[in-house]
Amino acid sequence: MEEVKLLGFWPSSFVYRVIWALKLKGVKFDYIEEDLSNKSELLLQYNPVRKNVPVLVHGGKSIAESLVILEYIEETWPQNPLLPKDPHEKALARFWMQFGVDKIRPAIFAYFRAIGEEGEKAKEFQEVLKIVEKQGLGDQKFFGGDNTIGLVDIAFGMLAYWLECIEEVVGVKVLEASSLPRLHAWAQNFKQVPVVKDNLPDRGKLLAHYKHSREKLILAASSSQ
Amino acid sequence: MEEVKVIGFWASPYVYRVTWALNLKGVEYEYQEEDVFNKSDLLLQYNPVHKKVPVFVHGGKRIAESTVILEYIEETWPQNPLLPTDPHARAMARFWTKFGDDKKPDFFGFFKSAGEEQIKAAKEAQECLKILEEHGLEDKKFFDGDKIGMTDLSLGWLAFWLEAMEGAAGVQVLDVNSFPRLHAWIRNLKEVPVIKENHPDQTRLLAYFKWLREMYTKPATT
Repeated sequence: MEEVKLLGFWPSSFVYRVIWALKLKGVKFDYIEEDLSNKSELLLQYNPVRKNVPVLVHGGKSIAESLVILEYIEETWPQNPLLPKDPHEKALARFWMQFGVDKIRPAIFAYFRAIGEEGEKAKEFQEVLKIVEKQGLGDQKFFGGDNTIGLVDIAFGMLAYWLECIEEVVGVKVLEASSLPRLHAWAQNFKQVPVVKDNLPDRGKLLAHYKHSREKLILAASSSQ
Repeated sequence: MEEVKVIGFWASPYVYRVTWALNLKGVEYEYQEEDVFNKSDLLLQYNPVHKKVPVFVHGGKRIAESTVILEYIEETWPQNPLLPTDPHARAMARFWTKFGDDKKPDFFGFFKSAGEEQIKAAKEAQECLKILEEHGLEDKKFFDGDKIGMTDLSLGWLAFWLEAMEGAAGVQVLDVNSFPRLHAWIRNLKEVPVIKENHPDQTRLLAYFKWLREMYTKPATT
């Protein structure tokens, strides 16, 4: 069996997408921690274009970009499928993963970087999540169905755990049970899935990591005034 | 055979990704033109989340987002495959498609700006083009190998649209001296019969981009 390696960075939710997918399929891999503030020769060799993590290395060949890696994992290890079989359902799953890239990611970015307009950006972020809740999740327990998680749940995993820490640091809540009841319930259910529960970064460390990033932003904002 | 329909806009490279793919696979479809500056109720009904084209309809079921549509087309009509069979090569095809789409603001910044800002934006666009030429295309005829594939369709905007944008903005980014391989690729792409017979009219596209640029660079009224 060919060797599988994963280059990662401990606070990255993108890296955890790959960890969860590999573990759900029972694929053994070596994890290599990268210091993104001091990138290794290995990382620059395996991902010369984007120079970031996660990078999956399988039989010596490297693949970057978490969503591309997820598709590769799904095709290479078909056990415990994470995408629907029906072509239209599969297209819908890919649609929501792309929505995450196009709409959720910029909204989180704007919300985390908002200095003085946290409330406004939080509301904008909530509007995006309302679309996900209504049109994406609907009445299902998970995006992958009532009994099973799939690639969309994995791709949205950051909303279930990382967002809580970000909310604490920014000081304005976004994913509340009152305004987003189904998505909030999804987040609680997702965190209970054994593979997810057993594979999450330390909350205290993550909180400190986000606090530090945000302090740097605030400092930069105040010094530019 | 179930009905296939594409809702599109004549100037959109994302729509052409889809129609090129269908044509390459010999799939018959109905095309419906949409005025994206005056969106129809049909579009708002078919793509309520993004309200954009292309929208693909097959047997009554709708799909939005061009890269998602391309994957669906590839799986539903496997003839004349647009993705390699090797899993790693497939991943690379998807990686480069994603690179092109993720870097869109960097590629198009020069079109929306003027003066000093435009010079800086043009340099950023060239940085991205350099990566595409040296790491993406390398010495291959097409991005995915010897024949046209999904990545070529996704980057097809470099072949027709970029030229028109450069014309409208008065600045060249993809010059033949700096990017000989990309220029060769564009020539090869334009020779593929399906592409040769299906692309927007260059004169019309130039006029469209000139008009669009005026909107972007118009000074804000006080």
